[in-house]
Amino acid sequence: MTWIDYIGFGEHGRGVLLIYAALMTLGVTLAAMVVGAIFGALVAWGKLSQSRIGRIAGDAYTTVFRGVPELLVIYLVYFGGSQAVTAIGGWLGSEGFLGLPSFIAGALAVGIICGSYQAEVFRGAYLAILPGELDAARSIGMSKMLRFRRIIIPQVMRFSLPGLGNVWQLSLKDSALVSVTGLAEIMRVSQTSAGSTKQFFLFFIVGGVLYLVLTTLSDRVLGFFERRVAKSFRGSIGRA
Amino acid sequence: MDIAFLTDTFLKLIAALPMTLILFVSSVAIGAVIATGLTAMRVSGNPVLAAISRAYVFVFRGSPLLIQMFLIYYGLGQFPAVRQSFAWPLLRDALFCAIMALAMCTAAYQAEVIRGGLQAVPAREIEAARACGMSGFLLLRRIIAPIALRQALPAYSTEIVLMVKTTSLASLVSVWEITGTAQKINAQTYRTMEIFLVAALIYLVINFVIIRLLGYVEYLLSPHLRGRPAPAST
Repeated sequence: MTWIDYIGFGEHGRGVLLIYAALMTLGVTLAAMVVGAIFGALVAWGKLSQSRIGRIAGDAYTTVFRGVPELLVIYLVYFGGSQAVTAIGGWLGSEGFLGLPSFIAGALAVGIICGSYQAEVFRGAYLAILPGELDAARSIGMSKMLRFRRIIIPQVMRFSLPGLGNVWQLSLKDSALVSVTGLAEIMRVSQTSAGSTKQFFLFFIVGGVLYLVLTTLSDRVLGFFERRVAKSFRGSIGRA
Repeated sequence: MDIAFLTDTFLKLIAALPMTLILFVSSVAIGAVIATGLTAMRVSGNPVLAAISRAYVFVFRGSPLLIQMFLIYYGLGQFPAVRQSFAWPLLRDALFCAIMALAMCTAAYQAEVIRGGLQAVPAREIEAARACGMSGFLLLRRIIAPIALRQALPAYSTEIVLMVKTTSLASLVSVWEITGTAQKINAQTYRTMEIFLVAALIYLVINFVIIRLLGYVEYLLSPHLRGRPAPAST
């Protein structure tokens, strides 16, 4: 067998598996970004709030999850989550060990980590809103919710786009660590294919190339969105 | 709360701390050397060297470190030529492979940081130095390097602190540092929360110490920003 047979779509080729693996990597990263957006928004809210407890909790979250190894968080969520699921199963009368599905564990773990980065992005974006705009909205009688919906959300989304792009690229690479839970994403499939064919070098190169394709493609897509969003700011870098 | 178990776990994890520090210090140091070379190639003015440097940065920043580490540790050993070469005693050593993978990866990030620092050196400083008759290495040593280092330091600190937690990946090629040891204890006792919280705490303390040290270096390198008399009026 030549190398092209190993990664091709023939009888013994791993091509189809690798394509699925790439989609799985995209899927788990997307899910993690959504989880991270929820955590990130809550943490940013805490950090920006007047409440002392909110600020301390927000700071603690970002310090811990940006400072502790990703692998440790993934182990914690996977094994801790599995124990919780087993305990709940025990109450419901099921016997033995129940595992947390690796997709959910992975999305949750990477989501918790990227949430700490997204929180900083959201916070920066909120602080970039001109205070005058909020005053103006208040002066024409917008309520708190209306201000949030009409003034804050659209601008935070716009300003945080470049930062979110960086977080996406980071999470894409962090998702490789989810392979320790057995999720069949690029890293895991490269490992199992390499192990069963003894073609370690080939499959790790192929896995690496797949990641490079994903990061390059996302770079293009993010660039496209950034240009679109910048349309309304034509002629200047930011705002007047 | 089981104090005896926590103490026991803490002692076992602290015993793995030297391994984490070995991985961290050697990979950051070797990475800095590679990064200097990459930056030199990038700004050399030679299009071929610059392209090689750019490609290196693209590949190592665009793919996960784990796959790079596996490629070096498992991938290279596949070839009989490598197994019979003089480098095999090194390449079959998990610690050596882990350090090399960490160093090669951080080198790509560090090269970008150093390049950013170089670009921040004002052209007029270089022109002034040239006007005084400095050139070549003297110019680099006295003017460019100190300014670039000072400019790059905040981003450099971020990268160094990130490397502390990145060393945990070495556990996946069987180097028993803190995270690997924690996982080993977890597999034996299944007391996930307690073990990983102790491990997390150790990492946070290491980070805290390193951030403080780097803050002190930054303080030492910026005497020109200190001790300015307060403005008379605001």
